[in-house]
Amino acid sequence: MIQSSSRSVSLLINDQNLEEDQRLIQKTAYEFAEQELAPNAAEWDENKHFPLDVYKKAAELGFAGIYVSEKYGGCGLGRLEATLIFEGLSTGCVGSSAYISIHNMCAWMIDQFGNEEQKQRWLPEMCLFEKFSSYCLTEPDSGSDAQAMKTFAKEEGDYFVLNGSKAFISAAGASDYYLIMCKTGEKEVSCILVEKGTPGLSFGKNEFKMGWNVQPTRLVILEDCKVPKGNLIGSRGQGFKIALQGLDGGRLNIAACSLGGAARCLDTATDYIKGRKQFGRPLADNQHLQFKLAQMAIELEASRLMVRHAARLLTDKSPNYTMYCAMAKKLATDRCFDIVNDALQMHGGYGYLKEYPIERFLRDLRVHQILEGTNEIMMHIIQRTLLKDA
Amino acid sequence: MKALVGVKRVLDYAIKVRANPQKTAVDLAGLKMSMNPFDEIAVEEAIKMREAGKVKEVIALTIGDKNAAETLRGALALGADSGIHVLTDMRIDQDLQPLAVAKIFQKIMSTRSFDLVILGKQAIDDDCNQTGQILGSLLDVPSATFSSKIELSADGKSAEVTREVDFGLQKIRVSLPAVFTCDLRLNTPRFANVQNIIKAKKKPVETVNLADLGIDVAPRLKVEKVEMPSERAGGVIVGSVDELIQKLKNEAKVI
Repeated sequence: MIQSSSRSVSLLINDQNLEEDQRLIQKTAYEFAEQELAPNAAEWDENKHFPLDVYKKAAELGFAGIYVSEKYGGCGLGRLEATLIFEGLSTGCVGSSAYISIHNMCAWMIDQFGNEEQKQRWLPEMCLFEKFSSYCLTEPDSGSDAQAMKTFAKEEGDYFVLNGSKAFISAAGASDYYLIMCKTGEKEVSCILVEKGTPGLSFGKNEFKMGWNVQPTRLVILEDCKVPKGNLIGSRGQGFKIALQGLDGGRLNIAACSLGGAARCLDTATDYIKGRKQFGRPLADNQHLQFKLAQMAIELEASRLMVRHAARLLTDKSPNYTMYCAMAKKLATDRCFDIVNDALQMHGGYGYLKEYPIERFLRDLRVHQILEGTNEIMMHIIQRTLLKDA
Repeated sequence: MKALVGVKRVLDYAIKVRANPQKTAVDLAGLKMSMNPFDEIAVEEAIKMREAGKVKEVIALTIGDKNAAETLRGALALGADSGIHVLTDMRIDQDLQPLAVAKIFQKIMSTRSFDLVILGKQAIDDDCNQTGQILGSLLDVPSATFSSKIELSADGKSAEVTREVDFGLQKIRVSLPAVFTCDLRLNTPRFANVQNIIKAKKKPVETVNLADLGIDVAPRLKVEKVEMPSERAGGVIVGSVDELIQKLKNEAKVI
């Protein structure tokens, strides 16, 4: 039972043109958000709590391995279902939804590029959230310029010895598996999974962040960290491709997280301006706010369409899907941040109080314009595709 | 043991109810419909019984137009093994009434064996709270209504049921087969997980036309008019007790 508003139309959930099972999956995600995430999100944000037990509940519903093969415990679904799930979960808590999406991305990378032994070893527990994972690409000196990374894995007998550090890593310290993109040659990037507890793997402090407080974010430090060669995912030199292909889907998921937060705030703002009165009449009687609401609605729906469209293209591996995923990420994360910001303004002073969830949604959504590829990099990807010679 | 669970498609509980412009029924056009909340509880109970090994098969039954198939699919997604859809275009919130519904259940059960029937205590649209009781009577089996706890015996021949009644909790024992109707606190329905939603697509659904069952399903109660409660009028401060009595007598007409 999803809490519907008393208005006749609500844009909180859009189930248009979806198959029956997609709508059922969407319904589960929204209900889970309403019952398990929303009541606790403020407290988790305040206490910087990483809710392991709730993630396990999410895994029971199939949310931990959405597009991982059924053979290894995943659901074998497409990217559209994933975006519906993350959008739904984000109406309750953006940070948790985003972490689940990152974990899904890591699981997919193993499913897609790992060998049979690795998949059997790691995936079943990941799909149950008995093991948690982190994606490690960024370094203190290389963000957008990812290929300039310095973390190095030197081959020594049956091991790789890793040295370096990865910055801004979501769930670092809490995760069991770290997918580390590192250099195995001067220009060769490989993807190596390092398990928590491996000597030489340590973490920095939990960063003091604007939002996403439900996930710890830490530096991942590798000091002569010896990792068995069997932890190399894919082949040497394949690491960058693995990282970027993971990000195509990851970007859509982050965009979906923005959609959920914006949909929730738009819905709340609509109710607020109907109820709040100034100068003897509801705020909703003011044409400025009426038109503002209309604009917010247009942008939410347009972003949704873009994200769902790109999801279908990615699932089908249609031409130029990378460009479309970049477009969707750029559009949705930018527009949705503005929607939440406008929703906050509509709430007036109350929007600024932590008693109302709007300010948390704003703080959580802000980073979506930065991570998994900055929105500037998204523009770079798009122009590069358009200007390329045949 | 086989359990039959009834699921009804009703107006979502959170939607603000309005009469239609003709004032003949509740306006349902374009509004969100969901599984009756008490039926979700019924499905959950049946699934739990199967998970405990007491019941082997859970079959969901719905009566309604083609849209009711979605409600049935929802029951399958929660874990029911198969479904039966009795197809009719009659208004199930008003014209298809409990006596007819009970007869339909009886007819369906006459050609298929069931050990238990589990229903919600009432539907949130008509709030009749009659189908379970009538069905028990038609089948000549016990009805355990307003169940807040159901414990099947080890030998599968009886059940101990705690019922929520006006004066508190009542414990009864019924022999099986029996009809159970579920109250709010019986259980907390689970979320449909993705794997079950995917599996639901392949589960068998049998469709039966209501007309083909040969039952008299005509409504016994005729709905004359459906209208909203009158708008709350403003209050008045009376000047004296006499004025109060006069208003209560002549305006409010309550004395």
